[in-house]
Amino acid sequence: MNNLSARFFALSPVKRALVATGLGLLALAITRVIAGADDLTSGNTLIATIAAAAPIIAVALGGLYSERSGVANIGLEGMMVLGTWFAAFAGWHWGPWAALVGGAFGGLLGGLLHALATVTFGVDQIISGVAINFIAPGVARFLSSELFVGKGANGEGTISGSPNIKHAMGRFKVPGLAGWLKTIDNKRWFFISDLAAVLRAFVDNMAWSTLIILLLIPISIYVLWRTPFGLRLRSIGEKPSAAESLGVAVYRMKYISLAISGSLAGLGGAWLVVNVRQYNEGQTAGRGFLGLAALIFGNWQPIGVALGALLFSYGLSLQETIGSKPIKALYLFIAGAFLALCLFMVFGRRSKRAALGLAISAAGLFTFYVNTEKVASQIVYVTPYVIVLIVITFASKHSRPPAAVGVPWRRGQST
Amino acid sequence: MTHATVLKIRSALLAPAIAIVVSVVVSAFALQVSGHSSVAALRAMFNYVTTTDSLVSILNRAAPLYVVSLGVAIGFKMNLFNIGADGQYRLAALMAAGASSTFSLPRPFHILAVMLIATAVGAAWAAIPGVLKVTRNVNEVVSTIMLNFVATGISAYLLINYMRNESQPNVAETKSVPKSARLPSLNGLLEDIGIHLPRLAVLNSFLPIAIVVGILFYILVWRTRFGFDLRVTGTNPAAAKTSGVNAKAMIVKTIMISGGLAGLAATGFLLTDFTKYNETFPLGLPFTGIAVALLGRNHPGGIAVAAFAWMSVETASRGLLDEKIPPEISKILLGTLLISSVISFEVVRRRTLTQAIRQAASATPGAHSGGLPPTEPTPAGATA
Repeated sequence: MNNLSARFFALSPVKRALVATGLGLLALAITRVIAGADDLTSGNTLIATIAAAAPIIAVALGGLYSERSGVANIGLEGMMVLGTWFAAFAGWHWGPWAALVGGAFGGLLGGLLHALATVTFGVDQIISGVAINFIAPGVARFLSSELFVGKGANGEGTISGSPNIKHAMGRFKVPGLAGWLKTIDNKRWFFISDLAAVLRAFVDNMAWSTLIILLLIPISIYVLWRTPFGLRLRSIGEKPSAAESLGVAVYRMKYISLAISGSLAGLGGAWLVVNVRQYNEGQTAGRGFLGLAALIFGNWQPIGVALGALLFSYGLSLQETIGSKPIKALYLFIAGAFLALCLFMVFGRRSKRAALGLAISAAGLFTFYVNTEKVASQIVYVTPYVIVLIVITFASKHSRPPAAVGVPWRRGQST
Repeated sequence: MTHATVLKIRSALLAPAIAIVVSVVVSAFALQVSGHSSVAALRAMFNYVTTTDSLVSILNRAAPLYVVSLGVAIGFKMNLFNIGADGQYRLAALMAAGASSTFSLPRPFHILAVMLIATAVGAAWAAIPGVLKVTRNVNEVVSTIMLNFVATGISAYLLINYMRNESQPNVAETKSVPKSARLPSLNGLLEDIGIHLPRLAVLNSFLPIAIVVGILFYILVWRTRFGFDLRVTGTNPAAAKTSGVNAKAMIVKTIMISGGLAGLAATGFLLTDFTKYNETFPLGLPFTGIAVALLGRNHPGGIAVAAFAWMSVETASRGLLDEKIPPEISKILLGTLLISSVISFEVVRRRTLTQAIRQAASATPGAHSGGLPPTEPTPAGATA
């Protein structure tokens, strides 16, 4: 068993992600058959999942650039809020594509403010991030009161909502392939249909804004791991003094990485605005924080981060699109996962206490599954966050953040 | 007053002064750009805030804010970042509201019991991230953020299914806190000593409670062994560990105190102006508390000033409505104040540090400025 897990962690990130996804999909397919909840893996659910994941992926990649360069970024939520406001302003005037640019610009302002405070003035990174989360909603509300109230085609702008964006963002489907996969998906064959549904989610009915964000994943991998720029950026997140001694302009690199970080967070905010063609106060609903959690879940690696974002958005989209039955099945799924992990620990001679805890939790969840007719909507609401908490609790042992994250660093400092 | 004390006071006041100037200038600029008069705004805010009614309202709201900020501050003292005050406060408010009407006791004991319940709920919810941190090395920032969402869901669930006031089928709210559990007003006491408040201005007695909590906070952090361990762990974890501080126990205890204070703060509203938990209950308070703890530099005195100032600006902004100036400018003002003060605190701290090093170097004969102090003790160095 230990041998197996060692081999799993020795795989390249891409292969590891594929293996994890395959196993997860198989387990979900089994769960859906047992629980009779076909929607658990239907194409429509997964299309909604990828859409819901897009803003979280954008903001989590934003966190990736920032933290890889050694700057903790709690302020992602605030940068995302600035992104939503500026996206709405640009979108109202010049349409949905301009909204994406506007959102990135709004986030950029937040990123530069964070850079000013933490890089130039050496303020504690967490504190600066909190301050940005504080300012952003205030700025958005003040700007709304000045520029949105009573504006728009029907005067629909208010202090907490922007005028509508006239046009929706376009969607695409790959002709032929999308329809063919949909046919297989609808047959609901065991595993084959589930696999088809996953593939279909990438080629059917996807907004261009979602595609752009998905493309940012390979782009980020290339930029961060295959270019001199990326090497410098990661080096200042591990050992800034060493990087400085080799001639890297640490302050300038941190400014650039925070500018990228803020823009990506803002782009995530813009996605939300474009999706409903309007800015609403509180629209981000903590997605900036979810992005941060995805970053930690993904162990500061782009693919892991994207998988984390997909996992959270899966929970979110299940509750939004279909309601309580699949969520109930999800409890069966988690119970099964716990049981598997427990067996793994017993056979692998790991911690007995943890194994016992897992067994009890699995039994509890199973009892809940059997005895519950309909899961209350509030319990559905907390499910994704509980999953994040559980996953982070078990994954934190393998966690390896960039060494210099959170450490204030001054130019010329020796260590 | 010695020269050193003067220097110390000057550097303590310099940072807030810079911050206030910067935030006022930024806000005035924002107002002018959007076509309003910043002078009129300032005058309207000042006139509104300097009435007895406003002062009483500020004190009533600053007291719970003070307590929740102290909770955040005690975490900061050992680099523990409790973003979870939000969830701790929310659950404590709901549980205390729901429990208060299920039993009856004579007045002071009923009040005490409800306060204990709120404190215990806050502490218990805060224990989760504490235990996760020491057993599984889970970063408390992430776990408390997740637990805030969970607390929001759970409190909505409990309110609707178990704690709802059945006689109000259309509103999701708890029963009112019974009379015997409500905090008395201080107006009678003030009458006795010759201070007559206007009829509608009711000063709540949570204010003296908050003051007592502030004093206890000071004693705990600066005058006890626990407080010493706390501060050492915050400034130098390695030194703390070497000298025998049990870091794991410290983390769990501290975050539980932090959560307990967040829970206690909820009773400052629940047992006074808001007698039930519903959607109008001031749930944003802990978020503000983080900012106030930062502004007050984690010191009970500084936090008291910051809590009062924060609520004053919020209250004063209501005066802007008559002048047709958007009261949202207060959010810009407070946000800029927060960021400019954390920056100026840091800049002033570093400048003071450099000065101190320079002074120490020049007071030590034989040492070059910026160089290491001499390793051998010299007679002059010993007396300096």
